[in-house]
Amino acid sequence: MDHISAKYIGAGLATMGLIGAGVGLGVLFGNYLASAIRNPSAAASQQPMLFLGLALTEALGIFALVMAFIILFVPISG
Amino acid sequence: MAKAPPIAPMEQFLVHPIVKFAPIQIGGFTLDMSITNATLAMGFAALVICGFLAVAARREIVPGRLQSLAESLFDLIDATLVGPIMGHAGRPYVPFVFSIFMVVLVMNMMGLVLAFGNLAHQSWTFTATAQLAVTATLAIVTFLTVVAIGFIKNGLGLFRLFTPSGLPWYMLLMVAPLEFLSFMIRPVTLAMRLFGNMIGGHVVMYMFASFIVGLGVFGLQGGIAYLAFAGSGVSLALVVALTGLELIVAFLQAFVFAALATVYLNDVVNLGHGH
Repeated sequence: MDHISAKYIGAGLATMGLIGAGVGLGVLFGNYLASAIRNPSAAASQQPMLFLGLALTEALGIFALVMAFIILFVPISG
Repeated sequence: MAKAPPIAPMEQFLVHPIVKFAPIQIGGFTLDMSITNATLAMGFAALVICGFLAVAARREIVPGRLQSLAESLFDLIDATLVGPIMGHAGRPYVPFVFSIFMVVLVMNMMGLVLAFGNLAHQSWTFTATAQLAVTATLAIVTFLTVVAIGFIKNGLGLFRLFTPSGLPWYMLLMVAPLEFLSFMIRPVTLAMRLFGNMIGGHVVMYMFASFIVGLGVFGLQGGIAYLAFAGSGVSLALVVALTGLELIVAFLQAFVFAALATVYLNDVVNLGHGH
């Protein structure tokens, strides 16, 4: 297998990190919705925390994306 | 080894010198002080922030639109972020967090809404925060500020950060190195989060935008290829939606950078006791 094919396969495998990010976001927003339906008046006060949790969880998926870009686009020397 | 062809979506992040200066040798280091498109983007962001705040910081009791905007941005940091997280001890750090927030916000936005014309030779816009050098600098500045404030406020007691209370000594032997590692990884994650979000957004927008013209040219061949025009229209709608999403992400990433800076500051300022 030449290294170009290996790069593409590696980049594809690296996107499996997005599974965890997707599960985490679903859990986060599902819990927020469930508790917001129970206590609607207190829901707005936790919105900053919701967005903070969103960005932190999504960051881990982005790390997988950055790894895929590194595998694809950093040239192999030598 | 053959030279790899330039990769199209990544070309928009290339840094080009616009005004070249000769490299300066200091010790063993070579300093290249040319003005590049990255320099212009960052300098323009600084000018926008200073200009906006100079014009908008009035003292009218009933604020106009510009003053309302500046006040709501400042309130976002002061009352919604630093206040609840750090409490009263956090007031001195609001200017620092506000500066970080405004810098990241304006640099993110400039890559979306502003075109510098053909100065960059390749692309029309430049997102300064899509450069790992810029985000790493911001992350290192934040981290060093947090560590410096921690040492100033707590002296050597800062190392109590790594020893959570109530643990027996044999568990501390395992937990303290892990806590130390997770503390030292903070600037890395700060830099990578902002960098990855900006790069990812712009690359995806570029890919979909290239489909618009690519499919359109393909559809001109006639026959069944007219379906490509439908694909072109869908790509256009997707690029519009993605630009809206990127505006939200730009604001959100600036907010998260500021929020994490506040949380790290709270860890060292309110060490041991809550606010």
